[in-house]
Amino acid sequence: MKINDVKSQFPIFSKKINGKHLVYLDSSNSSQKPIKVINSLDNFYKNEFSNIGRSIHSLAVNATNKFEETRMSVKNFLNANSKEEIIFTKNATESINLVAHTFGQQNINKGDEIIISELEHHSNYVPWHYLRQTKGAVIKFAPIDENGDIIIGELKKLITSKTKIIAVTHLSNVTGTIVPIKEIVEIANKKNIPVLVDGCQSAPHIKIDVKDLNCDFYAISCHKVYGPTGVGILYAKKKWLERLPPYIGGGGMISEVGKEKITYAPLPEKYEAGTMPTAEVVAFNESIKFMEAVGIENIIKHEKELTNYALEKLKKINSINIIGNPKNKAGVISFTMKGIHPHDISTIVDEEGVAIRAGHHCCQVLHQKLNLTATARASIGVYNTKEDIDVLCDSIKKCRKVFELQ
Amino acid sequence: MDLKQLYQDIILEHGKNPRNFGKCENHTNEARGHNPLCGDQVQIFLKMNKEKKVENLTFQGSGCAISIASTSIMTELVKGKSIESAKKLIELFLTMIKSSEETKFDECDEDEKTKIMSLSGVTKYPMRVKCATLAWHTLSSAIEGKKQEVNSESID
Ligand SMILES: Cc1ncc(COP(=O)(O)O)c(C=O)c1O
Repeated sequence: MKINDVKSQFPIFSKKINGKHLVYLDSSNSSQKPIKVINSLDNFYKNEFSNIGRSIHSLAVNATNKFEETRMSVKNFLNANSKEEIIFTKNATESINLVAHTFGQQNINKGDEIIISELEHHSNYVPWHYLRQTKGAVIKFAPIDENGDIIIGELKKLITSKTKIIAVTHLSNVTGTIVPIKEIVEIANKKNIPVLVDGCQSAPHIKIDVKDLNCDFYAISCHKVYGPTGVGILYAKKKWLERLPPYIGGGGMISEVGKEKITYAPLPEKYEAGTMPTAEVVAFNESIKFMEAVGIENIIKHEKELTNYALEKLKKINSINIIGNPKNKAGVISFTMKGIHPHDISTIVDEEGVAIRAGHHCCQVLHQKLNLTATARASIGVYNTKEDIDVLCDSIKKCRKVFELQ
Repeated sequence: MDLKQLYQDIILEHGKNPRNFGKCENHTNEARGHNPLCGDQVQIFLKMNKEKKVENLTFQGSGCAISIASTSIMTELVKGKSIESAKKLIELFLTMIKSSEETKFDECDEDEKTKIMSLSGVTKYPMRVKCATLAWHTLSSAIEGKKQEVNSESID
């Protein structure tokens, strides 16, 4: 599929917002969905619906097969070793909670240390904070420099004999920083410390190869990867999934249940309790096929061009301050404007059909570090075009007019 | 929707030059408000005298034009009023913002009415209502002498 044909695959772009064409620059929050994903949901509910795994009638068999086909696609998409390493969850938040809870229960004791970074989303901080509260763990923050890059030398210094796990983002949802995960894993590996990667922002935008990264855990939200809501992924090395205790208990995750004793299902079912978002998991296969049809290399190239174009144009607008200037930046552009609060920017550009986000983007620690309470954020998806960036810049100029700034 | 309805001159002016900004001396009551969705914060300082009159009312904080202007206008309007009138004004203001029904501010003079009505454009922007109401809820909390921070997500 050619990049120029991508936008036409997304029905939402034929709709008007406030009488204007939609310029969707909030993909870091959640992405829009291609028609094949929407059709898959529709088709599954209309023609193929059944719960999976439990019944042996034809519909159930078909649904189970399709569900497992997605798991296989995800395994290939991430280059995992086996299907057993792919767990379906509700979202990345649940994936991280799964690890924090089960790993914490088994391996964290009073005074043990967890290293995260100042870039982290609340989803990769709050679950570890629970361990601070319940287990007396200590959380250390790897600092960032003024460009928004994690200072690897400082992270190294935080490691002690008490460090039990390192949890970092692969791509910041505020500064767009692409974090050198491989380097961090190499450092951690020397001390036998597992690494969890929050891959929420990276999954739709850069190539992921968990074997090459050699990380222990990788968390993804499918709704950000051109997929349905309600599905997340946890990749984990098999040794961890075998060793860690189960998380949510209930149907589907057991092997045998008696009055005295319960045994658990093998992987991956051990971690998939209760009825799963069947239609959504099935439809997510179409999201992966979509990404593959465009080609990850093409996606990277297109988004890089757009990001550079946007940065250049935005910098020319008076009084705009771009947050962070990392070595390796993806299409996440947060900014502030002198004299206009991000909320006001968002309301005004919305009138032009431009969807951006304003606030702390669930990264309050980062905003405190940057001495900001809120930023405006334009984030790029595969469907965006140079025209979108032009409309964004014009609408930002309009903010200055509304606020009567020179 | 018309942006000029939302960003009226009075609002822009108060947003840029907020009145009664800072901590007032010898305040008797104080409350904090917080909007967790955007991180906006407001702190209200109230000086009440023996006759239960608002002798001084100031604020500190950060926020968008709507929230700063709303807070600034509120301090201007409430300063000098009795606590009872202040409570009534808070109630009327919140009714106006939430119901978009015509609200009568009988106790206000023309200038005060113009100021308070300048905030009525917010009713057409549901996502911005909390920006306008946070300070008023926080003032209410300061008057009641409540200890807990006002959280815009737990008020309707
Ligand atoms: C870096 C990062 N981590 C985690 C999350 C949480 O994703 P979800 O809410 O889908 O679980 C997000 C989404 O905003 C994110 O950007």
